[in-house]
Amino acid sequence: MSGFPILSLMILLPIAAAAICLFLSDQGARWVALATTALLFVLGILLWVNYEIGGPQWQFVENAPIFGRFAWALGIDGIALMLIMLSVFLMPICVLASWDAIEKRVPEYMAAFLMMESFMIGVFAAQDLFLFYIFFEAGLIPMYLIIGIWGGVERIKASYKFFLYTLLGSVLMLVAMMYMVATAGTTDIPTLMQFNFDPAVQNWLWLAFFASFAVKMPMWPVHTWLPDAHVQAPTAGSVILAGVLLKMGGYGFVRFSLPMFPDASATLVWVVFGLSMVAIVYTSLVALVQQDMKKLIAYSSVAHMGFVTIGLFTFNRQGIEGGLIVMLAHGLVSAALFLCVGVIYDRLHTREIDRYGGLSNNMPYYALFFMFFTMASVGLPGTANFVGEFLALVGAYNANSWVAAVATTGIILGAAYMLWLYRRVAFGESKNADAAAMPDLNAREWVMLAPIAAATLWMGIYPESFIAPMRADVGSLLARVADSTPASDAQLQMGKPKAAAHGEAH
Amino acid sequence: METIKLIVFLPLLAAIVAGLGNRMLGNFAAKLVTTGALFISCALSWPIFISFLNGSAEAHVVPVLDFIRSGSLDVQWALRVDALTAVMLVVVTSVSSLVHLYSWGYMEEDPSQPRFFAYLSLFTFAMLMLVTADSLVQMFFGWEGVGLASYLLIGFWYHKPSANAAAIKAFVVNRVGDFGFSLGIFGVFLVFGTVSIPAILEAAPGYAGSTIGFLGYRVDTLTLLCILLFIGACGKSAQLGLHTWLPDAMEGPTPVSALIHAATMVTAGVFMVCRLSPLFEQSHTAMTVVTYVGAATALFAATVGTTQTDIKRVIAYSTCSQLGYMFFAAGVGAFGAAMFHLFTHAFFKALLFLGAGSVIHAMHHEQDMRYYGALRKQIPLTFYAMMAGTLAITGVGIAGVFGFAGFYSKDAIIEAAFASGTEAGGVAFAVAVFSALLTSFYSWRLIFLTFYGKPRWSGSEHIQHAAHDHGHGHDDHHHAHDDGTAGYHPHESPVTMLVPLALLAIGAIFSGWYFHEWFIGAETGGGFWKGSLAFNEHLMHAMHEVPIWVKYSATAVMLAGFGIAWMAYIRDTTIPARFTATFSGLYQFLLNKWYWDELYDLLFVRPSLWIGRQFWQRGDIGTIDRFGPHGAAELVQQGSKLAARFQSGYLYSYAFVMLLGLVGLATWMIVQ
Repeated sequence: MSGFPILSLMILLPIAAAAICLFLSDQGARWVALATTALLFVLGILLWVNYEIGGPQWQFVENAPIFGRFAWALGIDGIALMLIMLSVFLMPICVLASWDAIEKRVPEYMAAFLMMESFMIGVFAAQDLFLFYIFFEAGLIPMYLIIGIWGGVERIKASYKFFLYTLLGSVLMLVAMMYMVATAGTTDIPTLMQFNFDPAVQNWLWLAFFASFAVKMPMWPVHTWLPDAHVQAPTAGSVILAGVLLKMGGYGFVRFSLPMFPDASATLVWVVFGLSMVAIVYTSLVALVQQDMKKLIAYSSVAHMGFVTIGLFTFNRQGIEGGLIVMLAHGLVSAALFLCVGVIYDRLHTREIDRYGGLSNNMPYYALFFMFFTMASVGLPGTANFVGEFLALVGAYNANSWVAAVATTGIILGAAYMLWLYRRVAFGESKNADAAAMPDLNAREWVMLAPIAAATLWMGIYPESFIAPMRADVGSLLARVADSTPASDAQLQMGKPKAAAHGEAH
Repeated sequence: METIKLIVFLPLLAAIVAGLGNRMLGNFAAKLVTTGALFISCALSWPIFISFLNGSAEAHVVPVLDFIRSGSLDVQWALRVDALTAVMLVVVTSVSSLVHLYSWGYMEEDPSQPRFFAYLSLFTFAMLMLVTADSLVQMFFGWEGVGLASYLLIGFWYHKPSANAAAIKAFVVNRVGDFGFSLGIFGVFLVFGTVSIPAILEAAPGYAGSTIGFLGYRVDTLTLLCILLFIGACGKSAQLGLHTWLPDAMEGPTPVSALIHAATMVTAGVFMVCRLSPLFEQSHTAMTVVTYVGAATALFAATVGTTQTDIKRVIAYSTCSQLGYMFFAAGVGAFGAAMFHLFTHAFFKALLFLGAGSVIHAMHHEQDMRYYGALRKQIPLTFYAMMAGTLAITGVGIAGVFGFAGFYSKDAIIEAAFASGTEAGGVAFAVAVFSALLTSFYSWRLIFLTFYGKPRWSGSEHIQHAAHDHGHGHDDHHHAHDDGTAGYHPHESPVTMLVPLALLAIGAIFSGWYFHEWFIGAETGGGFWKGSLAFNEHLMHAMHEVPIWVKYSATAVMLAGFGIAWMAYIRDTTIPARFTATFSGLYQFLLNKWYWDELYDLLFVRPSLWIGRQFWQRGDIGTIDRFGPHGAAELVQQGSKLAARFQSGYLYSYAFVMLLGLVGLATWMIVQ
């Protein structure tokens, strides 16, 4: 594999396919998009198989100077590999989810999706600071278009909100990047990750990046664009938004904030913890009173992202690996939940929870999948979310007992709003005749949901497959932040051993 | 020794086959696969138990697969087999296989039988994973797995709103317990650096007297960990405060109540405390808490049990109360006695539930005992089975001769509480004796209301329906019946239901007498448990030395309870009405279950929804959006006409702005 520019191929192939799509009929565009995304998934598997665990930190490296300091520099570590796998895994499913649901301007739609895939892979593969920025921002354009053209009734307002938030963040990040390049004299991300910025400046740089990543995550209180964007986006748009785009914030924290500004990360860790704790409790309570399925799941996403940010900033291995696994797990499970909403939205064209009910009667296999993903979302052991949340919270407890205690309340509230949603959709009598007449999953929908369920179980039962590639990278991150790690509040103090309280000691 | 893998994974396989096969597979195949798998598991479990009884087996662990490896956190999927597990294996597989068989008859007319049997087998798998866990994380896996199965089975009749509500309540209340359990596991890892149970138990004495920071306080490390873990046990085992889900769980089909909400799942908390008994022993405070919570639950549930009219709810509160006994037994250090009561209780309580199911089956789904009466002659086999269960739970027996199961296990707990000599033990003893009086009363009340007296069936809507339908076929039956039967004829249950009753009755009659030497014998117990729980020989010795009045107090209150019940429900049936009229305040308080549900609704449910609405409407929409994006939009709109074009939302203009930014960036870099 060495020497073959597989990453460039994965970035350029969808762009080429997007261009072709524009000149095809509706059906032609669908097939080209499906074939391209499937091919990229195969390339992704090749990438994973050829990734050498325990090998060099950066693999599949490519570097071609373009002009000035700007270079076409690509390369991935284990964390980027896993996120690329998530992207290429979800994309064919998105194309399938749009197969019948999108009827107008299909070639443009498929082209937008293919462009987005290219940019997503680019974000995770870029090794040049500005190349990263371009992919990071460019990825939003197709998303604006998908929401703004193929979205719901209030799509303009939603895409406007989305735009305003993310623009604000990215402007600050760009300024910070320019300063960094001027100071460090390089745009090479691996070099910057080892560069020691002046601790006084670090805080400002950290905050500038934080503005961008916090919006992307999204963290409270800059989360209000997400429910609107999800509600208005078509199903596949929501899948990619929840599945991959939200993960760019977390990726940014791991790739930039923590290794580049370790001192600032330690100083400002309370900001992250504070906002994450608020997010988990606040958005869970808001989710409890939603009437719109997509809004409910969108709010639950904000809560889940709270576990990610807490985990990543614990400064210990369990926390960081947990945060990363929650990113992957949420990418699978929330994507699947949005697909589940899409399945019934395609049939009845409403997201209002009360219009459904009793779907277990006429859609038993749908009810089974929906139950599975509901349980995965509440973090049932054996599913991917449990592994991530468990590790993140173990890490959190090691860092601070307050954070662990408040965040763990999320498992109570999460169960409440998800089961309440499920009950209203799938249980009870079939009270609406049109909902009761809906047919069960068709073959296309089986092909969409079954692989995600399988991946969720795999990650839940044998997470080693997913942790192993990232282990060394988390290790080097930990080594980088080791000197700044804040002290825990546990402070275990050993006492004098005393006699056992009751009877004989065992 | 790989049979343990078969025992654990056969039920999972059966659940998958029956669950995914569902309607394609058909009822019979689904029932055969699941029930067959369970009987094989059961047949393989008993030899393991017997090998521990005769002392030929040693504790061992069978590894299955890596689970989570993250730095020093190393969790394996592994199956642990020791004496404690062996006890649970036979309890779980025996009751489960009998409940599977019983359900052939009980669920005969249900349209979704494959789903039911798949859930039952799934539950059994999760429970087996729980009892074979070698690490706290795998125990938590089983813990949540049984919670899922319980949720699915309580809500099995999903068209019933009450069943759905009860299912959600069970899951969420259990999650409150899991909150404690999770924090306990996190804390254990922080302190011990491992979640492997044997490693924790070995290291625990070294941490006695150490302190740790928690939420701004400095607390005793082991006390904190034990209490956090115990909160989890309280949730699963429905102890006072987290008990509210258990009575509602009776919305599920009766075989489910017998298996999950009586014999196995609800005892998981007791199992957990016993499994971790060497850890709990290190903290005097934690043991005291366990004792008081257990005693309070025993008393609370017994008082409520005396007033309930739904036959299943009486037994549910009885279960709750007996679980309290098990906990305070553990709290005073008599872990062997706690496990012994868990063991015998599984048989006689499953028997009582399945017997109640047989009554309900005979009475056309009527569950209200006020509409029973005189069923002794109509369904005699069910009557004998229920009698065996009642004799067992009330603890009938003569010391040194023979006793029913509860006579050995419950009396051992009462004596151990006294013998422990601690203040908490003394309180627990007094509470336990009084609760035993109530237990005897409500148990006999159930028997008398159901099987004795005159028929009161005509008051029941279910019966009227049945008799009415029946009447259409036989014209001679449509006359008014003034004998209280409404013309209804209860029928004895089919043989698939009677065989499990008979087998469980054998357990209820003989399990205490036969097994007590192994479980609680002062000389023999240590050899049986072999360190799988903290067996306290001194306490077991002290139990035999208690004063004679202590020894006979349990029997005395048992007889008194019988006498009161006989007076009130056989001799003079006006007594209950007069009593409730006189003490109507007390009666209402008990009838309404001490108003826990109302309290929680007021304290937690309503405020959560209200706060959620406020956060959404006033927080997100009223504040963040108003001053954030919408505020910015207005500002821009007022600012200039050009900006107003942005407001038009023409998307390409946004893309254009992005492009401008990128061009600007590129220019800057070239200039550099």
